[in-house]
Amino acid sequence: MKGVKSFYYLVTASLLLLLASPLLADAPGVNFPEPASGSAREIYDIHMLTMKIATVILVIVFSIVIYSIWAHRKSRGFKADSRFHEGWFGRWSWVLVPAIVLGVDLTIAGSAQSALRSLWLVPEDKDLMEVKVIGHQWWWEFQYLDEGITVESRFMPKEEAGDLYLREVDNRLVLPTHRKIRFLHTSADVNHAFWVPELGFKKDAIPGYITETWTEIDREGVFRGQCAELCGTWHARMPIVVEAVSQDVFDDWVADQQATLLAAAAEAEMDKEWTLDELMDRGKELYDTKCAACHQVNGQGMPPAFPPLAGSQMAIADLPAHVDIVLNGKAGTAMVAWNMLNDLELAAIITYERNAWGNDTGDIVQPADIKAVR
Amino acid sequence: MSSTVMDHDAGHHEHHGPPAGIGRWLFSTNHKDIGSMYLIFSLVMLFLGGASAMVIRAELFMPGIQLVDPDLYNNLVTNHALLMIFGAVMPAAAGMANWMIPLMVGAPDMALPRLNNLSFWLLPAAAVMLILSFVVPFFPGGGSQINTGWTLYPPLSLQVGMAMDFLIFAFHLLGISSVLASINIIVTLLNMRAPGMKMMKMPIFCWAWLVTAFLLILVVPVLAGGVTMLLFDRHFGTSFFIASGGGDPVLFQHLFWFFGHPEVYILILPSIGILSHVIPTFARKPLFGYHSMVGAMLAVASIGMVVWAHHQYTIGMSLAAVNYFMIGTIIISIPVGLMIFNFIATMWRGSMTFETPMLFAAAIILTFTFGGLSGVMLAVVPADMQYHDSMFVVAHFHYVLLPGAVFGLFAGVFYWLPKWTGHMYDEKLAKIFFWTNLISFNITFFPQHFLGLAGMPRRIIDYNVMFTEFNVVSSIGGILFGLSHLLLLYIIVKCIRGGEPAPARPWEGAEGLEWEVPSPAPFHTWETAPEVK
Repeated sequence: MKGVKSFYYLVTASLLLLLASPLLADAPGVNFPEPASGSAREIYDIHMLTMKIATVILVIVFSIVIYSIWAHRKSRGFKADSRFHEGWFGRWSWVLVPAIVLGVDLTIAGSAQSALRSLWLVPEDKDLMEVKVIGHQWWWEFQYLDEGITVESRFMPKEEAGDLYLREVDNRLVLPTHRKIRFLHTSADVNHAFWVPELGFKKDAIPGYITETWTEIDREGVFRGQCAELCGTWHARMPIVVEAVSQDVFDDWVADQQATLLAAAAEAEMDKEWTLDELMDRGKELYDTKCAACHQVNGQGMPPAFPPLAGSQMAIADLPAHVDIVLNGKAGTAMVAWNMLNDLELAAIITYERNAWGNDTGDIVQPADIKAVR
Repeated sequence: MSSTVMDHDAGHHEHHGPPAGIGRWLFSTNHKDIGSMYLIFSLVMLFLGGASAMVIRAELFMPGIQLVDPDLYNNLVTNHALLMIFGAVMPAAAGMANWMIPLMVGAPDMALPRLNNLSFWLLPAAAVMLILSFVVPFFPGGGSQINTGWTLYPPLSLQVGMAMDFLIFAFHLLGISSVLASINIIVTLLNMRAPGMKMMKMPIFCWAWLVTAFLLILVVPVLAGGVTMLLFDRHFGTSFFIASGGGDPVLFQHLFWFFGHPEVYILILPSIGILSHVIPTFARKPLFGYHSMVGAMLAVASIGMVVWAHHQYTIGMSLAAVNYFMIGTIIISIPVGLMIFNFIATMWRGSMTFETPMLFAAAIILTFTFGGLSGVMLAVVPADMQYHDSMFVVAHFHYVLLPGAVFGLFAGVFYWLPKWTGHMYDEKLAKIFFWTNLISFNITFFPQHFLGLAGMPRRIIDYNVMFTEFNVVSSIGGILFGLSHLLLLYIIVKCIRGGEPAPARPWEGAEGLEWEVPSPAPFHTWETAPEVK
């Protein structure tokens, strides 16, 4: 019977495709990137298992349906025959089919248990490192709790990043390999989510909550992820870059960061009258990094969500209100409080905003002025 | 309401027919006219929702931001979902319920005809609110666009301007419409079946809508509560979802998805009901497993009510909670698998012909199964750490919603157009529509699985160059897919205006009371209830 033969050819072809799938699965851009942690490996394995089970079921269903479409047609003279509705098949299939599906379901759920437990339960370890991950609109803040340093991680603009645009940042999350690291996630404003595919976890960053994940990175390298919860205008532009290095390199990097932090704090405390030029230079750099995402490098903003600063009343006239909105934010909008910046940084930014883009007020804000209104 | 029919003025109506003028439609209490209005409304919304999708795919054609700014893009993403779910699929299913339920059970109309009128007319009002929510930000002082996605999560939704308030009111109107229509459907099905039509003799399309109506009544009020709490947080100083006020952003997620997950069964069950009529008709063989079909629908609805948090695996739930939701979600594959099995067993050893409704039915069985299997993959929590909020999820739900709900509705349209209009639609054009639609659908959404696995998140306006190739393919498919619906519109309009006259029973294998009334069905039908053996 010709029909039965083509049916078998179809089934054979599909089974070959199924067997070949692990090879196809390694083609770039069609599957998960190479795992860099034990959890990520377990996840990859269970993904491949469910995909194979799904493919088998798909092949079976497609074969039966396509055969039936071909064979059981009026145009081929086939007469409708519902006798099998009444026989044992008709009476028992409603038990049999659920039983088979249940078997498949329990296999899948059972296989997932060990990966689930090891992913969810943070292991005990006296050498455990802790990093607090804070989502902001639209950048990441990483606080290394034991080392006492903070990294602010923003997207790198297209001119610098080239083909890595949207997958590169100015300051990476540097982490040591072969060490258990616990992440504590939260947000300063709206829901975000931290996702690095090579590390194999994704966790929401929710204001008012602290959520927890852990990892142990088992190879050095650069691993790129993105924010994975719609968080407003620039959700697409919040990459995460993990740079996994040896413990020694990591220690050097930490020492470097600590030194820079101390120097910046000392500078802000200096009892000095800053000149307009000094403030404008620092202000422009800070503004372009922290404020331009919304208010734009040219100060034009993106109304209605992000008001322009060039020619705005706030930046030309009302100095106390200007200081207040930068320091304390505006509730009910995307303008957050920037009180985590030090007095020198805030003074520089506000001075810059009041003198750039033709605003030219001539106003100079000193760090002491900011300190006075905190 | 007893089953004795008051036919003292049955003769009267035969002479008068439908009233003339705009009053016929504004004040209609006729299930056929109201059904037609639902269907036309849903067709308009289908095109609006489709237009937003076309802009999305055009923007995603190449890396870079070319056409729209991010907030407008996210608003289009939001509107695409809202228009399709609440504007196109649900009203189309309700329109078919209105048209067919009285015909199928031998009733002269729905139990509550004036309530029926209200249920429909709330929809254009809701649509106006929805459109205003899109248009208002374009005007000075209009505030920011709704850039939250259709899920409206706070705190982000608390940042949006007054457009969000228009949307919340649209939700209120849509919700009331659904609940009132559901009450009407349940009362009709429980009370107005012709004598002899026991519950287990009721057509499966009616069973599907009975279950859907109960689901709607159970879950729509929860959504209404959630968005009202959002409104209060926005304007009346409450802190239901504001952490700094002692509230909980995740509470909204639970309220939303407690509605949202049963909602997907609300979207699919009517189409399953339609297929349960189409497949036996074109296989010329009774539906296999009537009883197990009813049982499966009840099982899907019940289990579907307690697995909502599989949309929230990454919020930070405990191991026990997340394990429970995983197992519950995986279990749903049992009744769904049984339904698909019943369809295949109906086809098996039938004598099939492949007019357009049957083409859609066959396509649905194959592609919906594919989408259901990617759903089982998503249910597995560790793996979902990679899939969640990526394009893999987008591919999954388009593979179950489009082939499931939408193609099912298309099958219903082609199946019942002869009954509604009295004309056969153009079969040749309809087949061209089917093939272009099916093929372009697959070109659009199949590559999105790979985009998700490779690491592309969803709801983003721009992406890294590594995702370019599959996005190009998907966008080309998307534009073709969108354009193919113009052919659908042409076929429907052409059929309304004329065509080969359709007999009462245009399909050889069709069974049921609806095929015993003339085509087009007269303004009043079953004024005397038939006897059902």
